[in-house]
Amino acid sequence: MLDFDKLAHHSGEWLRGVGPESDIVVSSRIRLARNVAEFPFIARATENDRSEVERILGEQIQALQSGGRLSDGLFYVDVSELQELDRQFLVERQLISREHAETDGARAVVIDGAEQFSVMINEEDHLRIQVMRSGLDLQSAWESINALDDLIEENVTYAYSDKLGYLTACPTNVGTGARVSVMLHLPALVITRQIDKVFRSLQKINLAVRGLYGEGSQAMGDFYQISNQVTLGLSEQELTKKVSDVVPVLLDYERQARDFLIRESQETLHDRVARAFGILRTAQTITSEETLHLLSSVRMGVNLGLIRDVEIPTVNKLFVHTQPAHLQKLAGMELDSSDRAIERATYLRRHLGDDGIAGQN
Amino acid sequence: MKCQQCDKPASIHITDLVDGISEVHLCEECAKDFLNPVQEEAPEVMPAMGGLLQQLAVSETAEELARLDERVCPVCGISFLEFRKQGRLGCPHDYTHFATELEPLLVNIHGESTHVGKAPKHSGADAEQQTQLIRLRREMKDAVAAEEYERASELRDQIKTIEGAKD
Repeated sequence: MLDFDKLAHHSGEWLRGVGPESDIVVSSRIRLARNVAEFPFIARATENDRSEVERILGEQIQALQSGGRLSDGLFYVDVSELQELDRQFLVERQLISREHAETDGARAVVIDGAEQFSVMINEEDHLRIQVMRSGLDLQSAWESINALDDLIEENVTYAYSDKLGYLTACPTNVGTGARVSVMLHLPALVITRQIDKVFRSLQKINLAVRGLYGEGSQAMGDFYQISNQVTLGLSEQELTKKVSDVVPVLLDYERQARDFLIRESQETLHDRVARAFGILRTAQTITSEETLHLLSSVRMGVNLGLIRDVEIPTVNKLFVHTQPAHLQKLAGMELDSSDRAIERATYLRRHLGDDGIAGQN
Repeated sequence: MKCQQCDKPASIHITDLVDGISEVHLCEECAKDFLNPVQEEAPEVMPAMGGLLQQLAVSETAEELARLDERVCPVCGISFLEFRKQGRLGCPHDYTHFATELEPLLVNIHGESTHVGKAPKHSGADAEQQTQLIRLRREMKDAVAAEEYERASELRDQIKTIEGAKD
């Protein structure tokens, strides 16, 4: 059984704040979309079809685990049985998608205990395998997901055609079914208003840009996910290379923007960072939106050496732990929006603030 | 994910806070229009690729288009109109049954129409036959509903044969 309350106290793999270029590249991620050939895609699947798909894929993964071919630290979670809060919690940890959380019907997720991969069953496709790494590490993510895909496929016939590759519910995923992405923290490009220019050039080379929580979310805390737009006509290695190749360019832009901010107005930048830090460590009630906004400045401040005594993994953790479901899990009770704002401020003071000052209030 | 206003891939994801919170998924061009509804810039000289519907409209009359929309996949029973509305296909066979209609869409989205890259080690060859199970199961369900039990039992035997060959 997956213990959600215990899990809430840990950080997932993608928040460890280690790995190459992890000051800007928060995480690397690859997902593969697959479907079982003998069942309709989700749009035409009956409840019985969904249950069968879940059973076949679940059994295959459990067989691999008991055969010692997958690590035994795996958790099988029946998502349809979960409370809304627990589903939201998994979305915040990026272990399931928002669509997977909100849809109806038989569905599940297999979660690796180290949160280096998760396998969603009955999302938009029957199978969505994803592998996560901290920092810029797409190559190892690809090797890992490729092996995992091979294992699952041993006893499952995937929908596949020689001409079109892996057949997916949406034609935008057909071919490799692969979405290769990196999550970047780009606060200086946002401050210097160059981010739109960067997006436009990325779109010209067929790369998509999304906010922190994947498809259809606004960019929160200046986190942007860059991923391949096309899935057909390029191999998985080519897609990985395409995304990998653009990262050094973006890192260079962001670092230049940071240098520019320091050179042009170090006081203004330092002031911005210090005020953000000041609010986060003293506020008595604070929204999620404001928290993300201010944490972004603090994260940059830590990377630039303007804030000491705070580590990047701590800041990374705060981004997720101050989200609504995490806060409620950590508090051990359901909280409404205004109580959450108070709980959030308390949590932030405990991690960033001076306990003595907070205690006197 | 497709653009909500045409059939190109949505590359811009906007959270609209003006009229309550709603999310909009658009391609670059539609997003530009969405964000700058009044101050219209000089129209860019871009080929009007505005979506599958328009593409089809070039070669099809409205009547032919309506007929096309009514085409139904014999395996899963989805109509082309349903696909166009929800942007999701119903089964693997749709890629074969609607191949002609999907080709321009795939080229529009991906710039290519042929897969390059990984192939399954074990699947592949029998995937086509497996797909037929979708049709057979659906027909069996319909036969049972129509109380055509003889037909249903024939279908069940066919299903068993394919399922048995898999192991």
